[in-house]
Amino acid sequence: MTDRLLKRYSYNVTANDFMSAGKGSSAIKSNLKSLGIDSNIIRKIAIISYETEINIVIHSFGGKLHCDIYENKIVIISEDTGPGITDVDMAMKEGFSTATDSVRELGFGAGMGLPNIKKYSDQLEINTSSTGTTIIVTIYL
Amino acid sequence: MLIKEIVDVVKADVLTNYHDENTELKYGFASDLMSDVLAYACSEALLITGLNNPQVIRTAEMLDISVVLFVRGKRPGKEVIELAKENSLTILASDYTMFKACGLLVMNGMEGLEIDD
Repeated sequence: MTDRLLKRYSYNVTANDFMSAGKGSSAIKSNLKSLGIDSNIIRKIAIISYETEINIVIHSFGGKLHCDIYENKIVIISEDTGPGITDVDMAMKEGFSTATDSVRELGFGAGMGLPNIKKYSDQLEINTSSTGTTIIVTIYL
Repeated sequence: MLIKEIVDVVKADVLTNYHDENTELKYGFASDLMSDVLAYACSEALLITGLNNPQVIRTAEMLDISVVLFVRGKRPGKEVIELAKENSLTILASDYTMFKACGLLVMNGMEGLEIDD
């Protein structure tokens, strides 16, 4: 019973669109609020979904952000098409970044994205290839 | 520190105002790197930044931060102000550099955050 999907929220994320980046995460946050989820959990999920959304904007050709609600957990899934992550172990290290200077000028690309996602998650799965990346992050309620 | 004391100490302009001037903010967190803000800041903190784009407001929104202080004379553009209004965020702007603004705030009782892990 606990693995029954109760609800899925999905948002399109456009590559290089820094003006709209965060819209999906903002919508996820307000949806979770209206479901009455604990505010500490919402904060963790908001950070995770925002970092994954920014990653899609910076590194991919575009993708989707999903927020799946189960009875006992919330799962954030980011799916993108793009070049993939060349070295996942390096990408998990704080401070390692492949972002361009123009991305850094916007306040991102400090090499904290995936480490932040890991920090706030209970479970993190990264599937990456030369055609795209899927990141599945679980937070237990 | 109370918002009205912060405004006074860093000679800030109040660009949007959604909180009582007697609201207390115990901590300050200063950075131009939004991922560092996401990693280390908390909702009780004043976010101090010289970065001036919508992602500052989005970052504050994700963390439930209520007041942002722009430093180095940065005045956010219309879309940043609009996004702040949508999120009921109070926006302050000071001409001081980040270092000077932080120094003045610490001298007047604001605390820094500890990094816990």
